[in-house]
Amino acid sequence: MSLTITELDIAFGQLPVLEKMNLQVNNDEFVAILGPSGSGKSTLLQLIGGLLTPDNGMIQLNGESINGKKGLISYMPQHPSLFPWRTVLENVVLAAEIKGKPEYEEAKRLLEKAGLAEFENSYPNELSGGMKQRVAFIRALLSKQSLLCLDEPFSALDEFTRIKMQNWLLSIWEENRKSILFITHSIEEAMFLADRIYVLSKRPAHVKAEITVPFSRPRNERLLETNEFFHLKKQIFQHMKEDIADDD
Amino acid sequence: MRKMSMHGGRSLFFLLFLFILWELLIRLTETPKWLLPAPSDVLKEAAIGFGDFYGHLLSTISLSILGLVIGCSVGLLISIILHRLPKVNEVLYPLLILSQNIPTIVLAPLLIIWFGFGLLPKLIIISLVCFFPVVVASMDGFRQTAPELRHYMKMIGATNKQLFWKLELPHALPSIFSGLKIAATYSVMGAVISEWLGAKKGIGVYMTLAQSSFRIDRVFVAIGFIMLLSVGLFGVIRLAEKIMVKGRSEEKK
Repeated sequence: MSLTITELDIAFGQLPVLEKMNLQVNNDEFVAILGPSGSGKSTLLQLIGGLLTPDNGMIQLNGESINGKKGLISYMPQHPSLFPWRTVLENVVLAAEIKGKPEYEEAKRLLEKAGLAEFENSYPNELSGGMKQRVAFIRALLSKQSLLCLDEPFSALDEFTRIKMQNWLLSIWEENRKSILFITHSIEEAMFLADRIYVLSKRPAHVKAEITVPFSRPRNERLLETNEFFHLKKQIFQHMKEDIADDD
Repeated sequence: MRKMSMHGGRSLFFLLFLFILWELLIRLTETPKWLLPAPSDVLKEAAIGFGDFYGHLLSTISLSILGLVIGCSVGLLISIILHRLPKVNEVLYPLLILSQNIPTIVLAPLLIIWFGFGLLPKLIIISLVCFFPVVVASMDGFRQTAPELRHYMKMIGATNKQLFWKLELPHALPSIFSGLKIAATYSVMGAVISEWLGAKKGIGVYMTLAQSSFRIDRVFVAIGFIMLLSVGLFGVIRLAEKIMVKGRSEEKK
């Protein structure tokens, strides 16, 4: 599954939000989008999800235009957005249920892998923040679509839980490869997880830099302490600096 | 749950205390029974007269439940229609509020003139009293659906129908139940008023007869059973809520 976005423009009234946005997610590739808050990252996702239609430009999935078409991607939002009246098992099959038949066997298998087997019949209010995000991720993984869009999924977690969750995400992804578009505002998170990073400018957003992350997989948290990691971080930071300075 | 029953226990004790106070005051002031009977007189009458009262009670119970079911179903249906069709809502919602401003006591004789003394006018009165709290509470519940859940459902491509059945309706369940609980307590009142104005049987009829013959003790027996019936219906709906509303304990705290 590949996603191609070409020359995408959208404005809300007089306010241009995205301008000539170009990006590409290849088959089974992990791509991160790194941008400042309010740069239109969520707008980009809403365009891909079909909730908004672009003013100009094209969004293509496997070469077919999906402008304004809903239900073609799987999605994990910033907040876990679990349904409080559904058990964990009923929650993870929801996305698949919307599109057709829920598969409970597959769901149980993934829950067990995620160490959530014993919580299968619990309600979300009995889970911790990290566990809720794991459930939300499994829910996205279980939907049939093979492009997975993640909208700052770990931004609300504490540092310890976040690193644990990033490791966990990578390990699950290695086994269940899908194309991933990962939105984040953390340089380190983008570098640790992705194959490629698009750095967005502030509003109106366009792609400022495209960086290929050279680190081999499988990765673990030791990568965070290496010199190479630090150098790359510095390099990415250079691209972001101008926008930070402008804001003052 | 334990806290709840302790709460109930306390108010029961207070009620008992009030009854004792009432009993004492009646005995000390030697108030005649036809003016205000003591609780013991009321209890005695309830025990002796239960054979006669029984038929009236059954009739009111079945009337209340039937009216409640119809009123709540109509209320739920109206709230769903108004929620799904905002244009219709704009036109009808003010009318619904106006419908609640017609005093039941004025409307009831009119309905009897139009529909006779049968079951229909009574059911209309009870439904009219019951449907409104259900409509208001359900619509509030639908409207207050968490925006992030709504956004999630749209992102994964849910249709409007799925959005309603899988998200809005279950999300509104606690609100709907608060509407149902209010409706349950109103339904008995509606039933009694409707019987009052023309029926052969029922607590309302029993009450009118008791009143016109100055059997105040019987009036109190009727009041007591009306309360018990209301509390009973309320309890049934609470129980249904306990069974059907799940995973919300965090929100309630």
